[in-house]
Amino acid sequence: MSPAVKKRGRAATPAAGKAPRAASATKPRPVPGRKAGANEPARHAPRTLTEFMAQAWAMEIEAAQRYTDFADAMETHNNLEVAAMFRTMAQYEAKHAEQILAEMGWSEPPVVQRGDLRWPGFEAPETAPIDEVHYLMQPWHALQLALAAEKAAERFFRELARVAPSESVRHAAKELQAEEREHVLLVKAWMKKVPKPDPDWANDPDPARYTD
Amino acid sequence: MNGIASPAVLTPASYKSAYKPIWCPGCGDFSVLSSVTKALAKVGVPPQDVVVVSGIGCSSRIPAYTSCYGFHGVHGRALAAGTGLKVARPELTVLVAGGDGDGYSIGGNHFLHACRRNVDLTYIVMDNHVYGMTKGQASPTTEPDWDNKLSPGGTGIRSFHPLVIALASGANFVARAFAGDPNGTAEIIAAGIRHPGFSFIEVLSPCVTFRPEQRLWKQHAHPAPVGPTDDPARAARRIMTDDGFNIGILYAGDRTPYPTHPGNAKRTPADLETEFEL
Repeated sequence: MSPAVKKRGRAATPAAGKAPRAASATKPRPVPGRKAGANEPARHAPRTLTEFMAQAWAMEIEAAQRYTDFADAMETHNNLEVAAMFRTMAQYEAKHAEQILAEMGWSEPPVVQRGDLRWPGFEAPETAPIDEVHYLMQPWHALQLALAAEKAAERFFRELARVAPSESVRHAAKELQAEEREHVLLVKAWMKKVPKPDPDWANDPDPARYTD
Repeated sequence: MNGIASPAVLTPASYKSAYKPIWCPGCGDFSVLSSVTKALAKVGVPPQDVVVVSGIGCSSRIPAYTSCYGFHGVHGRALAAGTGLKVARPELTVLVAGGDGDGYSIGGNHFLHACRRNVDLTYIVMDNHVYGMTKGQASPTTEPDWDNKLSPGGTGIRSFHPLVIALASGANFVARAFAGDPNGTAEIIAAGIRHPGFSFIEVLSPCVTFRPEQRLWKQHAHPAPVGPTDDPARAARRIMTDDGFNIGILYAGDRTPYPTHPGNAKRTPADLETEFEL
């Protein structure tokens, strides 16, 4: 569960518990935020190994960028412990991207067109959602986010391995799935080393909001 | 401009300044900043040829976070400043950015007339349906029944509908984007920059501090089921009847932009003095 869902206290209380303006008039779709066509993974699976690895590279880069943004935001809000954690995660993702370049023998990053990317949602599976951080979040929350991202990446590659039209892509997808599974285990092990947050972790004696 | 030279190959990083945003962690505006830098890299216009103009509010801090030229102006007057700049220096790419309060309330009249004038600039509004910087007052796009201590029971006032107002006022490009879709938003912003005339892009950008329920937007946002139209009547009907979460370019018209004069950039103050001599 993300910190956004878990957080309690003042900052965790929805301002009015209301759905956004137009939301009341419409039910959430069965597969929220999904791009048109993303329900047809076989049709949109990368056809060649080059395409697939370029996509995997883009996925790692986006994840690295998001963790960097999170680290910057946490530093700005003086949550240095979590900032350092996000910075480390960004380094890991960037390293994975470099590994892909090395494995493919690419001296330069591949040119990835937006239209070539097919994710099961708006963003790449390994990219932590922008809104699931909180200025008082703790290392355990950051790891929870990372765990969800790694699990999503594993699911993504598992599905690609199932539907990819070529043997080379299927094989590479299985390899990356195995790597992501390994990351899941690593994050789980890391989580055991950090304390679980107190129930009132989001309580702020001087909160940003005064309307509650 | 924050002293960053234009690299040979433009990447999103080429447009980022060294300043770190002070937005609340989780704010949708982080994503919009990322989209703006991606869009500029895609369009390929060097940072020194771009100006980001803003008004006042959380989202209006955005010029400082880019390496482009910037003007963090007066509340609600970003479009006035941006219009003047574009007319005087038409060779520049002008992005005007801000929030729903700045753009639709304090700057509401400028919004109408900027659409009407159709000067070739791109207006990005990060709409979170609340005044965040001043701690959570209802804005023009706030739902009438949004209940909080500052407006108990809600304001009871009908929400402003910026997209249809932009369309009716003459905007040449009307789009809705979602901060939870930064790559899609970048595509839309790039298309808006390339489209001649006044491009209006409303980005649903959740405020996680004062409107935490807006995290649900990611469950509602979805690509518009049909592509853009150049028929304003059809676009208006679609916008008025959609669920408020159709993401994409909703209208792309072909009105001739307000004429600007490329020679303006070479004019000196003495030329202006001559022009206004009585």
